[in-house]
Amino acid sequence: MEGIQKVDLTNVKPYGDTLNDGMVQMSFTLPVPYGDEASEAAKQLVSKMGFDEPAVVYSKDLGVGYTYFVMYGKCTHTVDYTTIEVPKVDIEFMDRHQVEDYIKENIKRDVVIVGACTGTDAHTVGIDAIMNMKGFDGNYGLERYNGIEAINLGSQVPNEELIAKAIEFKADAILVSQVVTQKDVHIANLTQLVEMMEAEGLRDKMILVCGGPRISHELAQELGYDAGFGSGSFANHVATFVVKQIVERNLI
Amino acid sequence: MESKLNLNQGLIDSARSAAKNIAENVQQFIDKNTTVTVERTVARLMGVDGVDEIDKPLPNVLVDNIKEGGGLSRGVAFWIGNAMVNTGLTPQEIAEKVSAGEIDITKLPIADEKKIMDAVYETAKMMVERIKNNRAKREDYLNTIGEGQKPYLYVIVATGNIYEDVLQAQAAARQGADVIAVIRTTAQSLLDYVPYGPTTEGFGGTFATQENFRIMRRALDEVGEEIGRYIRLCNYCSGLCMPEIAAMGAMERLDVMLNDALYGILFRDINMQRTLVDQYFSRIINGFAGIIINTGEDNYLTTADAVEEAHTVLASQLINEQFALKAGIPEEQMGLGHAFEMNPTLENGFLYELAQAQMAREIFPKAPLKYMPPTKFMTGNIFRGHLQDAMFNFISIWTHQGIQLLGMPTEAIHTPHLQDRMLSIENAQYIFNNAKNIGDEVEFKKDGMIQKRAQEVLAKAESLLKDIETEGIFDTIEKGKFGGVKRSFTGGKGLAGVVEKDEKYFNPFIDLMLGGVK
Repeated sequence: MEGIQKVDLTNVKPYGDTLNDGMVQMSFTLPVPYGDEASEAAKQLVSKMGFDEPAVVYSKDLGVGYTYFVMYGKCTHTVDYTTIEVPKVDIEFMDRHQVEDYIKENIKRDVVIVGACTGTDAHTVGIDAIMNMKGFDGNYGLERYNGIEAINLGSQVPNEELIAKAIEFKADAILVSQVVTQKDVHIANLTQLVEMMEAEGLRDKMILVCGGPRISHELAQELGYDAGFGSGSFANHVATFVVKQIVERNLI
Repeated sequence: MESKLNLNQGLIDSARSAAKNIAENVQQFIDKNTTVTVERTVARLMGVDGVDEIDKPLPNVLVDNIKEGGGLSRGVAFWIGNAMVNTGLTPQEIAEKVSAGEIDITKLPIADEKKIMDAVYETAKMMVERIKNNRAKREDYLNTIGEGQKPYLYVIVATGNIYEDVLQAQAAARQGADVIAVIRTTAQSLLDYVPYGPTTEGFGGTFATQENFRIMRRALDEVGEEIGRYIRLCNYCSGLCMPEIAAMGAMERLDVMLNDALYGILFRDINMQRTLVDQYFSRIINGFAGIIINTGEDNYLTTADAVEEAHTVLASQLINEQFALKAGIPEEQMGLGHAFEMNPTLENGFLYELAQAQMAREIFPKAPLKYMPPTKFMTGNIFRGHLQDAMFNFISIWTHQGIQLLGMPTEAIHTPHLQDRMLSIENAQYIFNNAKNIGDEVEFKKDGMIQKRAQEVLAKAESLLKDIETEGIFDTIEKGKFGGVKRSFTGGKGLAGVVEKDEKYFNPFIDLMLGGVK
């Protein structure tokens, strides 16, 4: 269109209502009493963050000598979008029926997947969404797949027990869900599982996948997992990855 | 209250009667058994507290000593009483001596039974008096400084440091919260002991310890007096130590306790025999202490579908009600749980949620129903989440819910930040005020979607309860009819802590507390 500036992908900044206006909305609390000084402090802080024209559009006394702000500022920084590379589970995802056919044609036996919410984590919503019959938001879980035997061990499963069950059921893949990430408790727990599997000589024999709202594929790989699935992942994504890995790694 | 839903009273009565029979069958089992935590509770209520040099709680030390001596089936009270008569020491001193290896409690000579009973009851009555006084103090506060209107605004604090929690709790109270729940650190439910002392470094919360209860109680009384509104304190009376936590809560004047008859079995894989025995004594204590219990039906809907499985929520509420009545909890203290957990993209989902909430209100007219916010379909889109919470708040004021566990826009991202709580309280206050009497003004169309939905859920719940009545609760759970979770009679954690009582067993607190103040 004429008269509209073209996006320069090497110098990208936020868009409010005009290209490159840099507008960002933000909200936070400062541990200072409500008032003009508090707003000034918030503006100075936002300036230091790299925003021009910081504006406090709303502030409120939180009742303990702290103040909450809603602010806008114009971001002064840019990024070069053209050079960005993000590690992802880089495969073409199949739907449930395609996965089922793929197993029939290429693996020719049931694939066993053991899953659990491990350590102290009691939040099964993620592992349930992937594994249970019902699935989530219209996407059936692994239990519903022909050719997949899905065993959901539930919550607060110790890593030792997860490994023991994986051996008992002759699992092809282990799925670990971690929702609680306060103080990075998930990192220690996920790392421990990898170390224990390596010590048992199991790491190369099984596909190891983790998931959770704060899990990225990049983090998963750093921790020694084959893949990581974050928010918005469904059973078919995980299933595609697992069955293709079984074939690729010749674990049939 | 006239039914707005045109519910069939005959069906409600039939469902309730089935639930009653279910509870009665289980009660026969419960009455025959005790557990290690029930006995540790008796020890605590007789004044045993503290830990040994490896942080093992003295109630555990004492009960283990009795268990090793083969005496648990008679009950801890008997052994403490006997030791008191033998030594002239207090229960605390006796526990310390047991811990030091100076007393092997089951090896003492057996004293005169009357003397033992007198010693036990004298001690037990002191504790009962203390709990009665706590109850009176709460009532005094409610009569003098008053309380917020229902639905009470319930928020959680979960920093993992009880002192940081105090700051957040006081802030929330000043912003308008009526109930502060101090989230427990993950996995406490699976500890077969109650930790001791203040928590400053918990994961996702603090331990339920008596010291933490005390610290928060003091802070909430302080802020309550300042703002002129009694602030209720809530914790979690669940897991392997249900009755011990109830006892600690009664001693430190907690006001609300999560306390479900089946939750531990289904969602923490605690053995069903253990939980059913434990919940009974925990509820006797909660009932006596004037504590509102909150049941956990909302949890079914995080694993099962809220539309399809709505009737299991009602069935469980009815069962929880009957178990609570067995333990002497009046309806006014039954915060039966349910939740706003339907998929927000569902056409007319709001109407189904409304039907469910109104149905619970009509079937449990006196209960301060605990209504849980959307969690399962919270996405990280904080703006949409704030709207979902608003829809939830709207239903709550419309259907007169009792305790509103406020949803946070940042649900599914992190434990609430200071401002998240403020935004949620503001959201609820706006709607509760702006639509205050909508429930008194608006009726539902006869045989319309809302009425039909509620009638259908009731009919399915009644039918499920009839099935359970025939099969028994143990078989029902083994088949996975609640929350889609299967548990076996002898599986799960804590079964080793269940002990059959002998005919001379006694627990003075059941006698003194069951059925309220006598």
